[in-house]
Amino acid sequence: MEASQFKSDQYVRFCPGCGDHAICMALQKSMAQIGIPPHQVAVISGIGCSSRMPHYLNTYGFNTIHGRGGAIATGVKTSHPELTVWQMSGDGDCLAIGGNHFIHEIRRNVDLNVCLFNNRIYGLTKGQYSPTSPKGFISKSSPFGTVERPFVPAQLVLGAGGTFFARTLDVDMPTTVDCMVAAQQHKGCSIVECLVNCVIFNNGTHAWIADREQRAEHSIILKHGQKMIFGKENDKGLAVEIDPQTFVPKMIVVPADDPRVLTHDATQVDPTLHRLLALMGPENELPVALGVIRNVEMETYDEAVSKQIAEVREKAKAKTFDELTATLDTFLL
Amino acid sequence: MKRIVVRFCGDSGDGMQLTGNMFSSLSAILGHEISTLPDFPAEIRAPQGTIGGVSGFQVQLGSGVYTPGDKADVIVAMNAAALKVSAMSKHYHDHAIIIVDTDSLTDKDLEKAQYKTQNPFEELAIPEAVQIVPVALTTLTKEALKDSEMDNKSILKCRNMFALGLIYWLFDLPMDKAIHLLEEKFHKKPALIAPNTKVMVDGYNYGQNLALYVNQIRLTSHSETVSQRSGLYTSIAGNKATAWGLIAAAEKAGKHLFLGSYPITPATDILHELAGRKDMNVMAIQAEDEIAGVCTAIGAAFAGDLACTSTSGPGLSLKSEAIGLAVMAELPLVVVDVQRGGPSTGLPTKTEQTDLLQALYGRNGECPAVVLAASSSANCFDFAYQACKIALENMTPVILLTDTYLANGTALWRVPKLAELPAITPQSVPENLKGHFNPALRDERGVRYWAYPGMEGYEHRNIGLERDAEKGTISTNPENHERMVLARKRKIEQIANSLPDLKVQGNADSGTLLVGWGSTEGHLHAAADELHCALAQFNYICPLPKNTREVLSRYQRIIVCELNTGQFAAYLRAQFPDIHMEQYNEIMGQPFAVERIVAYGSKSI
Repeated sequence: MEASQFKSDQYVRFCPGCGDHAICMALQKSMAQIGIPPHQVAVISGIGCSSRMPHYLNTYGFNTIHGRGGAIATGVKTSHPELTVWQMSGDGDCLAIGGNHFIHEIRRNVDLNVCLFNNRIYGLTKGQYSPTSPKGFISKSSPFGTVERPFVPAQLVLGAGGTFFARTLDVDMPTTVDCMVAAQQHKGCSIVECLVNCVIFNNGTHAWIADREQRAEHSIILKHGQKMIFGKENDKGLAVEIDPQTFVPKMIVVPADDPRVLTHDATQVDPTLHRLLALMGPENELPVALGVIRNVEMETYDEAVSKQIAEVREKAKAKTFDELTATLDTFLL
Repeated sequence: MKRIVVRFCGDSGDGMQLTGNMFSSLSAILGHEISTLPDFPAEIRAPQGTIGGVSGFQVQLGSGVYTPGDKADVIVAMNAAALKVSAMSKHYHDHAIIIVDTDSLTDKDLEKAQYKTQNPFEELAIPEAVQIVPVALTTLTKEALKDSEMDNKSILKCRNMFALGLIYWLFDLPMDKAIHLLEEKFHKKPALIAPNTKVMVDGYNYGQNLALYVNQIRLTSHSETVSQRSGLYTSIAGNKATAWGLIAAAEKAGKHLFLGSYPITPATDILHELAGRKDMNVMAIQAEDEIAGVCTAIGAAFAGDLACTSTSGPGLSLKSEAIGLAVMAELPLVVVDVQRGGPSTGLPTKTEQTDLLQALYGRNGECPAVVLAASSSANCFDFAYQACKIALENMTPVILLTDTYLANGTALWRVPKLAELPAITPQSVPENLKGHFNPALRDERGVRYWAYPGMEGYEHRNIGLERDAEKGTISTNPENHERMVLARKRKIEQIANSLPDLKVQGNADSGTLLVGWGSTEGHLHAAADELHCALAQFNYICPLPKNTREVLSRYQRIIVCELNTGQFAAYLRAQFPDIHMEQYNEIMGQPFAVERIVAYGSKSI
């Protein structure tokens, strides 16, 4: 299929230069690559800039209310597991007002593909800090800087028992398409954190890796089964070091030919290493991990719900309303 | 006798609800009309033997039964605290029979129940005409099970069955049917059948053999007085009837039934019932919160299912914004609100009609939705069914109001066949719109068409934002907004065209009309009978039946009776400002007392 088959007739109203344009195009490309026809795809969103996404996709779409996209998507997928269901959400929609639905869709492992657009700001309400804004961040609602710690979305995902976590960057189209396709192929709740730039209210928030000159040194694209190597010259690798006193493990950068360089295993059920990888960044002078960090298969909620109904129904004597009422203890008047 | 009221009361651990339910079920099986009122504390287990832990179950049986009765003719008091609560709350008539467990009136028991003296009967000033029947329930139960290998604690749990057996004797009920019913009730715990049967039969025989100095009570057989339609009957609780109404509607409409819900007293039994009905292909989800309950349902409605959510007042508040989304997105959705005492957490286990205005108006924006109210435990079935029919045929949320009294109470229900229930025709999109569908397209009634994921050629984007009246896409145009506000309003108004007329019950020619809505029908019917006046009981609240004005304008005196401070009266006055209405309100967390309505109605203005 062609990406154009997934484009709606609506004019795309993201601000010029907004990272959401790129994600929109990547979504259309990945949907074409996946090849599921538009009528079998439902894209559910809440409220926020990124939640406008369903309008630009020629699938079934539902732009709902703030924070509730996760619960509504859960209803769509659970009631109709045969559909492919996407959820579009931002850092405010997903992690603040919709936080409860977010952790529970992950905990239940509902087979959804969730794009979490993280620009560390509330854009549609014109510039307030979000749950992912760094501490001290100055915004219209924090004129003296925030005093609260931010969420790292990956921590939430792994803490809630997530089975799939990927991270991508608006300006890296190939990685974004790869992540989207992998998310769709993964059976279970797939979270793709899309690091997007907000040109108006938080320009340059991801500059550390978005800058083309720096990106190769400041980020690593993880690929399952491949050595964790990065750098302009592909000369650096990642390894784990365990502190002999505290037993706390940490990631370290070693030369690419060091035998300690790790091979990425996204399918490892134990999330310890995935968490270490997801927490890398400028704070600890490590490259930001992009690509599919975790990809584990477990039974999905929607499948389990339908399976249980089928099992009970198979054994049931009464399957219709009239058969059901026939089981009642009745008397004739 | 035509009717009699029996009240079982004891500690919350004494099994009073089970006892009351078994007695009611047997009465119903024998063809009596029943109306029950479970009355239990919010605490799961208050300290044993205390006033706070008293649990009651009241049932009226016989013919012409509209309510569980104001006051009991027979009371079974399992302990000192129950005896005290009954006396303090004036739960019985002056000539009632009180059966009391004398083994539970020790000094220690009296102290726990905060008696001041050693003589409970005198202290409670029980009227002389009340006949007190002291029975050593505990001793006799132990005696009945002395050869069993049960431990003392398990033996004591059978005390309620001794009391039940005694009541069966008092009413001369057939023990073979009673034993059969007990076996059914305990079929999942077969080990308990033999000891409980033994104790129950011993209780019956105790009445028989010792010829207790009370006369047996014989109720007029139902067949002599029956005025209902013939057919198969059973007894059913309101919440179960609601759940079954949803099941029947789904099958009739050819839709999957989806319930998104979150546990909340007193609505949870709907979730329980539907979670257990996977055999009927019901998908019942226990969501992470009330909002997710309604939102998962909205998701299922978007995907083409008959979607419902069940809750009580606090949950309805939490669901408000999402119900607004369903109004805006014009999706079918059934919201069941089993009302309880409010505001806030309020009185979770008590009954009240205080969510009416919330159901009508409790959303942002101009946000009309259909509001229905069931008026008996049995017709919770019919109105749950109607709620689904209206939602599916008119692409709108429907809020069904029931309450604690209907939900937990049981009534005689005529079991319908699916074929005799009204047809349900969901507003499916016509074939000719394939390829150029949008979610703003309406039929001649003003109802938009329903297309959902999986249907090729109808892909569209639905929204909670205002949509263009022609294209269905986002619009902020001022004229368009007004047009859409009116389109949504008219869509609800036109539903009145398919509603039955409001009926006048009782003495239609009287100058006085009692007006009620929802669960008060039984009490108001009984009051109207005594006042020889007319009654108009509303089940359809928004929209109102088309003949409402015509009915109201026929009467000189209109008394709107509600278990709130006058919400329906305010609503009616807003619709009919030229019609004068009095109001009679009680707000004590209890159903009406018929005698108080009669007292008010008897006063001339």
